[in-house]
Amino acid sequence: MGRDARRGGRLMVLLDALAAWFADPAHWAGPNGIPTRLLEHVALSGISMLIAGAIALPLGLWIGHTGRGATVAINAANLGRAIPSLALIGLAAPITAAFDPQLGFRVYPTLIAMIVLALPPILVNASAGVSEVDRDLVEAARGMGMRERQVLARVEIPIALPVILAGLRSAGVQIVATLTLGAIFGGGGLGNYLVLGIAQNDVGQVFGGVVLVAALALLVEGGFALLGRALTPVPLRAAEGGEHRGRALEGRAAG
Amino acid sequence: MFADPKVPSSAGRDATGMCAATVEFRHVSKSYDRRDGPAAVDDLTFTVPAGSVCVLVGPSGCGKTTSLKMVNRLIEPTGGQILVDGTDVAGEEVTALRRRIGYVIQQVGLFPHRTVGENVTTVPRLLGWSREQQRERAEELLGLVGLDPARYRDRYPAQLSGGERQRVGVARALAADPPLMLMDEPFAAVDPIVRERLQNEFLRIQAELAKTILFVTHDIDEAIKMGDLVAVMQAGGHLAQFAPPDEILARPASDFVARFVGADRGLKRLSLSRIGALPLHQAVTAVAGEPVGDARQRSLADPFPFLLLIDRAGRPLGWLPDRDVPADGIVDERLAIPASPLLERETTLKDALSMMIAADVQAGIVVDPAGRVLGLLTMEALGAAGRAGAAGRAGAGAALRRAERRPAAARPPAAAP
Repeated sequence: MGRDARRGGRLMVLLDALAAWFADPAHWAGPNGIPTRLLEHVALSGISMLIAGAIALPLGLWIGHTGRGATVAINAANLGRAIPSLALIGLAAPITAAFDPQLGFRVYPTLIAMIVLALPPILVNASAGVSEVDRDLVEAARGMGMRERQVLARVEIPIALPVILAGLRSAGVQIVATLTLGAIFGGGGLGNYLVLGIAQNDVGQVFGGVVLVAALALLVEGGFALLGRALTPVPLRAAEGGEHRGRALEGRAAG
Repeated sequence: MFADPKVPSSAGRDATGMCAATVEFRHVSKSYDRRDGPAAVDDLTFTVPAGSVCVLVGPSGCGKTTSLKMVNRLIEPTGGQILVDGTDVAGEEVTALRRRIGYVIQQVGLFPHRTVGENVTTVPRLLGWSREQQRERAEELLGLVGLDPARYRDRYPAQLSGGERQRVGVARALAADPPLMLMDEPFAAVDPIVRERLQNEFLRIQAELAKTILFVTHDIDEAIKMGDLVAVMQAGGHLAQFAPPDEILARPASDFVARFVGADRGLKRLSLSRIGALPLHQAVTAVAGEPVGDARQRSLADPFPFLLLIDRAGRPLGWLPDRDVPADGIVDERLAIPASPLLERETTLKDALSMMIAADVQAGIVVDPAGRVLGLLTMEALGAAGRAGAAGRAGAGAALRRAERRPAAARPPAAAP
């Protein structure tokens, strides 16, 4: 009984600190204000996604379409997955520092690590999504006189789209969450609240940062889910029961 | 070499544009193992005249599908040439070549993310037809294959039955009015009843369009039914025999062909021929309810041991054994054995035989469309027809079959299976 009360009391203290931190107008302005840090976080995530997508999407689609280099690419991607992100940022720091001592800290090591982090899910999903498209369908497309590029653009990508988008979504969520670590190396973003908060023993700031990162990650997840729904061709939403509903409503001709 | 498919002939473009190409295989080979391994296709040489259906048939692994795919170059031959209307396909730009050749596969291969209408106009879209032309063409073709455009155009393949999908697959292959169609086991994935219907409709459409068609199947019955020419292939990609169906059945070129077409090839042959102009035995008849006259004498004089009772309009009522025919008085219909089976000129000899075996009196009564007796088909006549090639030799048989397809073409498109 007493223990529960103590626990409840601690939770209340935490929530109070969190509310106080969010309520303080000083935390909503300046270079360490919530809008600035949020913007930094979003911008860094966005840039990492764009670069990772620009590398992994075409490569993944090509691998899926041709079936060439699949093993090599997927093993390389899994290797990238196996290295902890913090170690990756640490590894990237001396490399960027070698070009310019200033770059060793600030955002560049983080950016590199985030790109490496995002490559595997995008690459693996793009190649698997495309290679799993029914080969008979692909041959029918070729047999009707589609060029390879048309086969990819008109048949393989539209059908693989849900899988491709799932890869992007998973990459996006991982980036938003992991980018937090970049603050240790001076990378900016919402992670600064965690690093500073721990250093200053400021519970409100630590949990404020946690809440913001979590909310952003959920937003990315939800955003991609909606995008996926909007872009997936109607009949391919079968996983949601669309096909069966369609059949039941349309009433097919006999035979 | 083909009519330019890019220019659909003005507004009145109909589906009956007659254009067909000759296909010639010249010593075509395909081997996958370079060191004298078993060839997938071995020195294939034959010519399919424009407008005819050539069926490639054989057991699995005989290279029939490989042969088909070499025409539109999904597979490249390792030797020989394939000429379409005299032009070597190897020298053609591959996508342009494929857009001029209709292609239907067993699994249909409809694009699941495209509507029926969009699927049908795949090739016209690749050829850059206008939206309006595509729309018109889709309507026309869906109508041709017996699917109501208004009902089906905006559906997705997942909402269709197997038979409907096959129809859409055929419509899609016909979209750019190709002079040549390749069909790889197009009806293998549907149940036997739907298959039979699709086959009949295919023959109806082919009678109308007269395309050149290469058709792959492993089913000898389908080959005999669909083909003007049948290429029987055997393991190793050898061409065992290339001939019209009747000749394959009448004179198999080897033991392999004889085994492949089956011990019932005599029956299969009968299914190729109709009663048509076969000589009929003149029946001895008497009108029921009227004085019998000299019927008993006439009947006894005739080798066939039954008298046929007819009504005043000449329609058959029943059989009377010669010995039961009264010498005078009125012929009583109630004594007669029921008259069966009734056959028409269009009945196949196989069906005639089947009905005659089941009947009490083993002779078929051939009647005209009004039901009046034309004459009798006896077992002896049927046997003679089977031995001799029935309603004519191979060439005539094919011509007969084509003539049979014509009246079917006049039927309105049947409802979707």
